[in-house]
Amino acid sequence: MNTFFGMIPSILMIVSPILITAVGGMICEKSGVVNIALEGLMGVGACAAAAAHVLMEAAGVGLPSIWISLAIGALIGVAFSVIHAFASISLNANQTISGTGINLLADGATIFAAQILFSADRTREFRMGMQTDSLGIYPTAYIALVVVVLAWFMLYKLPFGMHLRACGEHPHAADSVGINVKRIRYIAVLISGLLAGLAGGCIVLTQTIQYTSNTINGRGFIALAAVSFGRWRPVGVTFAAFLFGTAQAFAIIANNFPALKALPTEVFNILPYIITLIALVGFSGRNYAPQANGKVYVKGAS
Amino acid sequence: MLKTERRGSFMGRMLASEGAVSVLVVLLGFLVGTILVALVGKNPLNMYKAILQALSGYNIDNGKMNVRYIGETLNYAVPFILCGLSMAFAARAGLFNIGGEGQYIVGLTVAQMVALLGPQIPVFHWVLALAGATVIGALWGGLVGVLKAKFEVSEVVSTIMLNYVALYVSRMVCLRLPGATTYKTANFPESALLTNGFFQSITNGSMLNHGFFLMLAAVVIYWFIMEKTNLGFGLRATGFNRETARCSGIPVVKSIAVSMAIAGAFAGLAGGIVALGSFRYGRVLSGMDNYGFNGIAVALVGNSTALGTMLAGLLFGMLKNAQALMQGKQIPKEITFIIQGLIVVFIALRSAIAMYLDWRSKRQLQREVLGK
Repeated sequence: MNTFFGMIPSILMIVSPILITAVGGMICEKSGVVNIALEGLMGVGACAAAAAHVLMEAAGVGLPSIWISLAIGALIGVAFSVIHAFASISLNANQTISGTGINLLADGATIFAAQILFSADRTREFRMGMQTDSLGIYPTAYIALVVVVLAWFMLYKLPFGMHLRACGEHPHAADSVGINVKRIRYIAVLISGLLAGLAGGCIVLTQTIQYTSNTINGRGFIALAAVSFGRWRPVGVTFAAFLFGTAQAFAIIANNFPALKALPTEVFNILPYIITLIALVGFSGRNYAPQANGKVYVKGAS
Repeated sequence: MLKTERRGSFMGRMLASEGAVSVLVVLLGFLVGTILVALVGKNPLNMYKAILQALSGYNIDNGKMNVRYIGETLNYAVPFILCGLSMAFAARAGLFNIGGEGQYIVGLTVAQMVALLGPQIPVFHWVLALAGATVIGALWGGLVGVLKAKFEVSEVVSTIMLNYVALYVSRMVCLRLPGATTYKTANFPESALLTNGFFQSITNGSMLNHGFFLMLAAVVIYWFIMEKTNLGFGLRATGFNRETARCSGIPVVKSIAVSMAIAGAFAGLAGGIVALGSFRYGRVLSGMDNYGFNGIAVALVGNSTALGTMLAGLLFGMLKNAQALMQGKQIPKEITFIIQGLIVVFIALRSAIAMYLDWRSKRQLQREVLGK
């Protein structure tokens, strides 16, 4: 059991970025836009943060460099999510196609940038990443906590959140009472880009020392799964992110447990996806998802 | 006045034609890619030299011709085309198959298993391996169809989940194959390889292999099922309008499961062909090969028709073959991924054209009414 408590900091390290991204994905889907580009948005955020940190470290910026890099990662996430917002909200594009496009684009853009900046298929290694506090916990865990609480407060306690949920449930009704559906959906997509970019930065600055094409490795899709498995609610999504993040952590540290050594580590990698599939089968016939999720909103058409 | 109207109608015809729009989208992707290359201080001309060489085998810098490049482009195109058919087949039935990647991976895995453990009988060996790949791909895809038809699980979410399940299952299996290290298995026996001596001799030793015939057969089968059979009619009807199809007595649940299974079969075959036609050993995958994801782009560019998908797949194969050549000319090869991603994003914007045409016809109607 002691070993398990000893693992808590590493589990939190892995859970935090998944949770931050999942909250963004949840806000986005609550407003009626599916964002399968989370994976790619995390990638561009991670790449930007890693590159910014390396360059600033070399320039001698010092401690603030970490935080500036995180902010840059988040902003790049926003910039790429604008594509998704413009395509799926302004131009009524198919949200799955636009998301797939961004994922493919992110794959190329990140490594292309690394090739230009560092002449390699990865960013140069930085010397010092984020530091843990006295409990051994990275600041990303606190960021994740703040993000979840703020998201819950915004969605359920502020008029804006109620409007946002209305846009995802019944955009025509929302429109008829004067809510600007397109504007709210734009904000929601940009928030998901901001959080995914931020989470990408968190991954790269806590779990590794450079960005490579394998840095994100499906964690954006795990976040997407957490949104569905968490039934599109902050508490559920948090629980799902913890469950999936812990499974991911076990894939890395199962060797510490003699009882688990016998299992292939891939079993833990698979768990989030299998659990989500089973849960979705179990959810069938019940309407947990926002009603208008993934549907293009055309004013006047019904 | 008359002149502008005629030009307008020409543009309208162009925009209404799906094929023309695809060409436009591809050109736009290349245009933005070219600008990007220029912006980072590289010479875009080098990119096009590489593409020309990948396409025709002609090296413009030294004037030498090498047909091997043509063979490689055709060979690279095979999995793109098959994964494109996978996406396209599902799309015609109104489904979005993001699971081509997973179906490809299970196909690759089973082909590697059969290649290393199956009976080493010439021809029969690789046929068995590819048949296994096709069947497992069909099962993997069919599962998505059943989940969708019976339990209303969105195929977008379930295929994404199954992609990663496939990846990790593949790792578990391949790590236990004979002679497996962390990244590859033992060498395949000769009887499992798709090597085609004739193709090799006419393309100066390229990797082009039996897979090319199978791809051509798949394109014909795709066209035949879609356009000439009751099954294809039912699938297309389901794609157009599920409720109407149901009312006309088309078994919609079965249609969805069958279309996903056939889609999966195409991608599974792609995995098998890549497994046995690219390397002499099996691979333990550490990440996605991305053929399945790019298949989405291929099908979208090809408008889900047999011919269009084949042409789009050739384009992608050519880009992949050009990558190494670009790298040699100081152009980062990732520019091809960027161009492919841009093409998909621009295709997503195709809805804008529909909005524009709608707006234009409304305006025209308005003008006619007001004019009279």
